[in-house]
Amino acid sequence: MTALQQLKLTVNGVNYEREVDPRLTLVDFLRHELQLTGTHVGCEHGVCGACTIIKDGQAVRSCLMLAAQADGASLQTVEGLRNAQSGELHPIQRAFIEEHGLQCGFCTPGFLMATLDLLERNPNPTDQEIKDALDGNLCRCTGYQSIIQSVRLAAAKTQGGKLAGAHGSA
Amino acid sequence: MKPAPFDYYAPETVDEAVSLLQRLEDDDVDAKILAGGQSLMPMLSLRMARPEALVDLGKIKTLDYIHEENGVIRIGAMTTKSAAEDSVLLQQKQPLLHAATQHIGHRQIRNQGTVGGSFAHADPAAEYGAIAQALAMEMVVVGPDGERVIPADEFYLSFLTTDIDCSEVLTEVRAPVMSEGTGWAFQEICRRQGDLALAGVAVTLKMAAGNCTDVVIAVFGVNAIAARLADAEQLVNGSAPGEALFAKAGETAAAALDEPITDVHATGEYRRSLIATLVRRCLAEAVAGAA
Ligand SMILES: Cc1cc2nc3c(=O)[nH]c(=O)nc-3n(C[C@H](O)[C@H](O)[C@H](O)COP(=O)(O)OP(=O)(O)OC[C@H]3O[C@@H](n4cnc5c(N)ncnc54)[C@H](O)[C@@H]3O)c2cc1C
Ligand code: FES
Ligand code: FES
Repeated sequence: MTALQQLKLTVNGVNYEREVDPRLTLVDFLRHELQLTGTHVGCEHGVCGACTIIKDGQAVRSCLMLAAQADGASLQTVEGLRNAQSGELHPIQRAFIEEHGLQCGFCTPGFLMATLDLLERNPNPTDQEIKDALDGNLCRCTGYQSIIQSVRLAAAKTQGGKLAGAHGSA
Repeated sequence: MKPAPFDYYAPETVDEAVSLLQRLEDDDVDAKILAGGQSLMPMLSLRMARPEALVDLGKIKTLDYIHEENGVIRIGAMTTKSAAEDSVLLQQKQPLLHAATQHIGHRQIRNQGTVGGSFAHADPAAEYGAIAQALAMEMVVVGPDGERVIPADEFYLSFLTTDIDCSEVLTEVRAPVMSEGTGWAFQEICRRQGDLALAGVAVTLKMAAGNCTDVVIAVFGVNAIAARLADAEQLVNGSAPGEALFAKAGETAAAALDEPITDVHATGEYRRSLIATLVRRCLAEAVAGAA
């Protein structure tokens, strides 16, 4: 067994310090070590987008990173979207419910986080910009149309308002 | 855990990384550099790569920049591809490199994957391979004996293989500012948006007295290394633009390809026909954009 790696990071505003095996992927760290199982694992080699989280303000695939690479980073997972005080769902989550942007829900955490990344950069995206931002996420249920509608509605809901989840987007 | 075990190092300077790489090489340890991990992580998870040690460059903060000096754009190897995509400097001064960046994978991949990693990985279907050839870019590597500047045509050696030595780190890539009046185009065909391309083409040219000049045609995805196609370039150079010329150039380009790759995604002959089409379209687009 190789030497354990010290890891200090913030997830949804909470600080963690752990020792990890260097070959532990970030998504396995989140799910197995921190029990944050909202982030899903589909393909485990970067093609489906189910494991998308926000790292230092940007959407990344957590299966394509080692936990060790997130040392010093601030992460946001789907668990951090809901408002911690009121318990209210994030406007992006409400938009996905209202526009039926999910069926089985397996892909949804990834789509929500990719949408957060998009709307942070571009609060009022065109349909083409929505498609470009979500082209790295696969959904085997919806046929995507309702997801695009959900993102449109999420953009409308968050126009002018603060987008970030309970702990900010970073 | 999916990857096989390895030792992990995260040096904080290029010098530290180089001496570490050299020490590992002297000790016969099979070491690999880890940049963004967007190509290496899948290879580790599938155990197609089983290095004994990983040297993560993520803690080296001096390799993240894009700036211009005397007509040369310098990009630090650890700059993310989304930083390149969002760079106004690149968009305005080297729009071909910028356009190619937007074709690489998905936003999540570009957020974590680095510019240097894409050059160093040397995937035959990597957009940057064609850009390196089309713009005659230069790669800067640092090793135990100091710095080397490698021109693009000596940098790529073969499938997934570059001239970077085991104890060297790619630190910077350099591209010229696009000169005034240049017309350019970048097009590729993928099975799905964001996939690696089946074939792609980059073109730059100028117009003088109604004729095309300085024509550069580079193709990627079809052979182990991206390449310029001299016969097609010569055909267009000095000629008046037109659909017939563009179609002829496409056929000439396609005919010049030596055994294009056949794999599960497409046959070599299909790739050849894609090149004919893409060269024709790119020439038309570049001429329309030239001043
Ligand atoms: C779903 C998906 C789609 C993709 N689509 C595309 C695409 O369309 N086009 C495309 O070009 N790529 C594509 N990629 C690959 C992606 O662009 C990678 O980011 C890139 O190839 C490697 O960059 P990286 O920083 O992630 O490097 P890593 O994966 O960390 O490293 C890749 C290789 O380069 C070496 N290396 C990295 N940096 C250095 C350095 N500074 N010095 C020396 N060696 C170094 C590593 O040792 C390793 O061998 C895709 C990847 C995925 C997962
Ligand atoms: S599980 Fe990470 S991209 Fe599929
Ligand atoms: S809702 Fe089932 S995969 Fe997307």
